[in-house]
Amino acid sequence: MPITRNFSKVEEILKKHAYDKKNLIKILLDVQKEYRHLPKDVINYLGVALDLPPAKIYGVGTFYAQFSLKPKGQYAISICDGTACHMQGSTSLLQAIEKEIGIKPGEVTPDLLFSLDQVGCLGACALAPAMVINEEVYGNLTPEEVTRILKNLKERKEA
Amino acid sequence: MINNPKEALDLIEYEKVRRERKLNQKTVYVCVGTGCTAKGALKVYAEFERIIAEKNLAISLNKENDHEEDQDPVRKTGCCGRCSSGVLVTVLPWNYMYANVTVRDVEEIIDKTLLHGEPIERLMLTDPITGHKVERLEDADFYKHQNLYIMEDIGKCECDSIEDYMGRGGYSSLIKALSEQTAEGIIRTMKEAGLRGRGGGGFPTGVKWEATRKSPGEKKFVVCNGDEGDPGAFMNRTLLERDPHSVLEGMIIAAYAVGAGKGYAYLRAEYPIAVRMFNKAIEDARRLGFLGKNILGTDFSFDAEVKEGAGAFVCGEETALLASIEGKRGVPKPKPPFPAQSGLWGFPTLINNVETYANAPKILRDGIESYRSRGVEKTPGTKMFSVTGPLKLNGIIEVAFGTTLRQIIYDICGGLVAGKELKAIQIGGPSGACLSEEFLDLPLDYDTLKSVDAMVGSGGIVAMTTDNCMVEVARYFLDFTKRESCGKCAPCREGTYQAYKILEKFTQGKATYEDLENLEYLARIIKTASLCGLGKTAPNPILSTLKLFREEYVAHIEGKCPSGMCTAFKKYRINPELCKGCGLCARSCPQNAISGERGKPFMIDEEKCVKCGLCVEKCKFKAIELVH
Repeated sequence: MPITRNFSKVEEILKKHAYDKKNLIKILLDVQKEYRHLPKDVINYLGVALDLPPAKIYGVGTFYAQFSLKPKGQYAISICDGTACHMQGSTSLLQAIEKEIGIKPGEVTPDLLFSLDQVGCLGACALAPAMVINEEVYGNLTPEEVTRILKNLKERKEA
Repeated sequence: MINNPKEALDLIEYEKVRRERKLNQKTVYVCVGTGCTAKGALKVYAEFERIIAEKNLAISLNKENDHEEDQDPVRKTGCCGRCSSGVLVTVLPWNYMYANVTVRDVEEIIDKTLLHGEPIERLMLTDPITGHKVERLEDADFYKHQNLYIMEDIGKCECDSIEDYMGRGGYSSLIKALSEQTAEGIIRTMKEAGLRGRGGGGFPTGVKWEATRKSPGEKKFVVCNGDEGDPGAFMNRTLLERDPHSVLEGMIIAAYAVGAGKGYAYLRAEYPIAVRMFNKAIEDARRLGFLGKNILGTDFSFDAEVKEGAGAFVCGEETALLASIEGKRGVPKPKPPFPAQSGLWGFPTLINNVETYANAPKILRDGIESYRSRGVEKTPGTKMFSVTGPLKLNGIIEVAFGTTLRQIIYDICGGLVAGKELKAIQIGGPSGACLSEEFLDLPLDYDTLKSVDAMVGSGGIVAMTTDNCMVEVARYFLDFTKRESCGKCAPCREGTYQAYKILEKFTQGKATYEDLENLEYLARIIKTASLCGLGKTAPNPILSTLKLFREEYVAHIEGKCPSGMCTAFKKYRINPELCKGCGLCARSCPQNAISGERGKPFMIDEEKCVKCGLCVEKCKFKAIELVH
């Protein structure tokens, strides 16, 4: 495969963290933010830059829930499945999402607009059941409310 | 940059006067905790700013204050704890507290209360027990029964301002420590106060500090464990968002006591506001000279840095957390050696919970007496709990150790919402236990809970009702721990998976008595043989529900889920007398499980049915019913 990526963004991230392998997790968090996943060629690039075997980086990348090897959607939905949310019906929210955009946890829509994850506690238990879309917290949800939110986001995209 | 302790103390005195003046002038404090923000606190805040600018009130309201930036009548405050009543707004100097505020209420609050001191009854907090409206925060039962120590100044502290923290006496403990006290003296104070680690285990903090101090090493580190992964717990998040400087001051004092030069605050990436707040706190502390080289002109140097976690529950375990700070997979190591002997990169490392650090400066400032006057003999002090579930009020509370669950559930949170009946209290998250009603009068402290095989844990309390199935609760927690098991040791990796599989059989209605026996046996093996805290405590939800709710397990074997929560025991049936044979249900069924002839009653094929309930919604004649 020819190298098609411009690595200047990766270089910026590496510079920010002083090319220090101690900061690997911070670097990967920034890469994840930039590309919405950890691209294979970036992992290889980091391996050379940090003098770490790519397998080690892959190991870290697969260990933590924040990282993903597949691209996440423009709207990354996290449905909270903490104790309070689970007991107050987070499963029905998942069903509503699946009905509206057709994906299950861990998947992404073909147009890369939405991705869905089921996560441990988001710490918004007083608002259970809750979800987060790109850092914005939505609380006290019902399946109808979730459907409405997703419809709005779709319209925003079309507009 | 402040260069000597005297100058720093003078600045604190100046900030105290400044804060006192701010509290006596006309100001609204909008709560911007996570709960209130999700309910639109930032919009409410912006609306206050907009109307005040529009009416040109900013200067006229507090013009007697010559400190220009203190004239601003709108401020942000950290979490007030009563998250279910958000957005919360406090109006000073009258101290009125308003709940459930929306953008539409803002103009009225400005016109009536802020300008004329007139309270608005409609917006006041309602006492959930008596139904009465209360004017002020301190009059509400929710706060009256609490014991606010590290959460004091609720509703009127500015979460992102180091000046405000100093105005509350902040950093005076650090100054005193550096100028007057020895490291040994500070450690002695922690021991005499009886401070115990708030992360769950309740280990004496002073002993840990002493062990780290005495360990030989050319470098030492302090680490703040803010990896609050327990589902159902958000005390640390609240504390970090509402008062980051109290945690930072605690870390600096601890570093001085153990002789560390560098500190890491390990915070969850899932808490972006907390990460931002703490980074700002570090910057501000550096700017004033509380962090960096030769702090306040002494020969003590220390700097701190935020390390974001990346979403792994096991990293709350201290050795796994240290591996994660080093940039590796968060896999735990056998202990000993303890982190106090060999921690980050092999150097002695002190690791404490967020809440533990926040207590340290407070103890030095207010004295041992004040700390020991709260709580019980063996565990003095207070603990933050997050209380959730179908209760009239839920959110964050701080109570003295020894408070009972009954006081928390009924006196503070007002009991359950109408129509719900309490069945169990889940305390301590996936490592904790489900306690039945008979334990409601148990005093909450480390030793008492241990004696009934439960634990305080980090402090998450979830109320469960008769609608909740205890077997499903156990399955839920094992699903969590099996996913979060790091995979290093077999008892945890394989054991939690197999235990989960057995529990799944129960909730699917396929379990036998042999499964019950195996489950109990397996749970004990996981508890005994696992390497780290995650595995050792993972079977607790199983063991506690088996002990207190065994009849529910038996009922599942006998083909019934008493709470009606497990869908496998549900059955949908079409009532032939009501069915008109329109076929709408058959067309909308995603599984093609419904068939029949038009005009005649339809039938559901139980083998194919996945119990989604869509047909019930679609049927216009209410002919489809749920039978348990």
